[in-house]
Amino acid sequence: MSEAKHEPRLSEATRAAVLAHRGRFADRRAAVLPALHEINTELGHVPRWAVGQLAGWLDLHPAEVEDTVSFYSFFKRDRAAVGAVRIWVCRSIVCAASCAALGGEPLLEYLCEKLGIEPGQTTEDGRITVEAAECLGACDVAPAMLVGETLYGNLTCEKVDRLLDELRETRSGED
Amino acid sequence: MSDFEPILTAGFQTPDYHRLAVYEAHGGYQTAQRVLRKKTPQEVVEEVRRSGLRGRGGAGFPTGVKWSFLPEPDEGPVYLCVNADESEPGTFCNRTLMENDPHLVLEGILISGFATRATHAVVYLRWEYPTCFRRLREAIDEAYEAGYFGENLFGTDYSLDVTLHRGAGAYICGEETGLIESLEGKRAWPRIKPPYPAVKGLFARPTVVNNVETLACVKPILERSADWFRSIGVPPDPAVSKDPGSFGPKMFGISGHVNRPGCYEAPLGISCRELIDRFGHGVRQGRKIKAVVPGGISTGLLCEDELDTPMDFRSLQLAGCLGLGTACPVVFDETYRIVDFLYQACRFFTHESCGQCTPCREGTRWALELAGRIRDGRGRPNDLVLLEEIGQTIGIEPGTTICGLADGAAWAIRTTIEKFREELERWISSPTKKQVG
Repeated sequence: MSEAKHEPRLSEATRAAVLAHRGRFADRRAAVLPALHEINTELGHVPRWAVGQLAGWLDLHPAEVEDTVSFYSFFKRDRAAVGAVRIWVCRSIVCAASCAALGGEPLLEYLCEKLGIEPGQTTEDGRITVEAAECLGACDVAPAMLVGETLYGNLTCEKVDRLLDELRETRSGED
Repeated sequence: MSDFEPILTAGFQTPDYHRLAVYEAHGGYQTAQRVLRKKTPQEVVEEVRRSGLRGRGGAGFPTGVKWSFLPEPDEGPVYLCVNADESEPGTFCNRTLMENDPHLVLEGILISGFATRATHAVVYLRWEYPTCFRRLREAIDEAYEAGYFGENLFGTDYSLDVTLHRGAGAYICGEETGLIESLEGKRAWPRIKPPYPAVKGLFARPTVVNNVETLACVKPILERSADWFRSIGVPPDPAVSKDPGSFGPKMFGISGHVNRPGCYEAPLGISCRELIDRFGHGVRQGRKIKAVVPGGISTGLLCEDELDTPMDFRSLQLAGCLGLGTACPVVFDETYRIVDFLYQACRFFTHESCGQCTPCREGTRWALELAGRIRDGRGRPNDLVLLEEIGQTIGIEPGTTICGLADGAAWAIRTTIEKFREELERWISSPTKKQVG
């Protein structure tokens, strides 16, 4: 692969992490999923150029990596599709039914209305993406949502408001 | 029940039980040490087989029998895949266990790895469990440092590595061959069986896939005995040939319209009603129960008059459910609309169908179309018939799909219509009226 001057490259740290994953399994293809997580951690999404680079590191055809990345809904392909913070709102049976005042779907609606976006969209300032999630396995604290890698349960409108205020105050990169 | 002693959740109330030092102070890893030094792998397999332990992930296959399918060892690797992809709607016991007692899970992995002569254990953890990820990562690091994983464990010639692997948001990865495909870095399309993973699994090598709670049970079985395990639960039904019974303690996750949702431990065979009343502290605002999902939406629904059904592998089938499933009752009170369950179940399976088998990919989508228009008040009198037809067409049972995802969808659709036909018909004919009772 030729290295054009302005071609984006993954970081050296990501490359090292990917190669470590590669050494962990009997088959280099097994490193694809952990590697995609490394890329996602660095970039926040998995663009096609990164897939090509990853395929090179693992001696795979780019289509093999593409096949995998396209299967898992967690990985977004486009930078514009993901904000600095990703929020997954549980829309499963328990969250949807758990709270008379605020079940899973109303929570999703409430959050989106507050942010002025539809589910799956990102706020104009690029700060927050809201996605609907299937069961988050947090039924004991329904209704629940994941904010990045932190779970919030027993949510009420007030709690959501407070959380959004905190997220607005936090600068990106501190999540 | 009165003299029942919680085992799997025993450490949950102890502060910092997830730390190795605290776990060790309560006898942690001593069972593994004794087993590795004094027993043969065959003896462990036999003890687990004799205990009657059945898989806690949903299907309930006898664990010792599964292990006995492994071929005679050769020089190559053997894999133990730990299914921590808990994603069935309404289910959270594995999460609770991994967060509160990761070392019990790891000790179970160690003993089970020894029994199956595994060379490498891989924990496949769903991405949506970040706290479990942190807890397990710390616990694995601690366990390696203490010499519980790695080479020549406890001075024996047994070596075992354990790797923590994160999923990326796909329910199908909880299906054991889907999990294996995902571990191999591919889309998680389930495989046609046979060959079973025991013969040709991860990287075409002998592989065992077990649920987190199943492996956690192995430790107390080896610590106490198979007989102790068999003293808890429900013995085999003599009327059914080869019924393995439902033995052992079980974690039950109760959620929905109850006063005290949570994860509680009880013997298999406790009634659904007792779980709800005694552990869930009854239904919120003293309301009546309309329906209960006994163990994930794939298992279907129980009506109020079926709540005395014992929560075991066999009794729930007799009550028209797919089985015990994940043993996590979701309670819906009388204000709940069954049409919402039908719609949400269809939406879930449509979203999670992996797309490999056309009857599942298309069937779940058409079911969602129908359930959606019923829910929106545009249902037609024949729609329930169409839904039932889909419910009879998709799945392993009618022989049209590779894995059981479609059977779960079919079961949810069929039992919902069968048990709540009147309410659904009433809704279709006059959808604007509030549904009560």
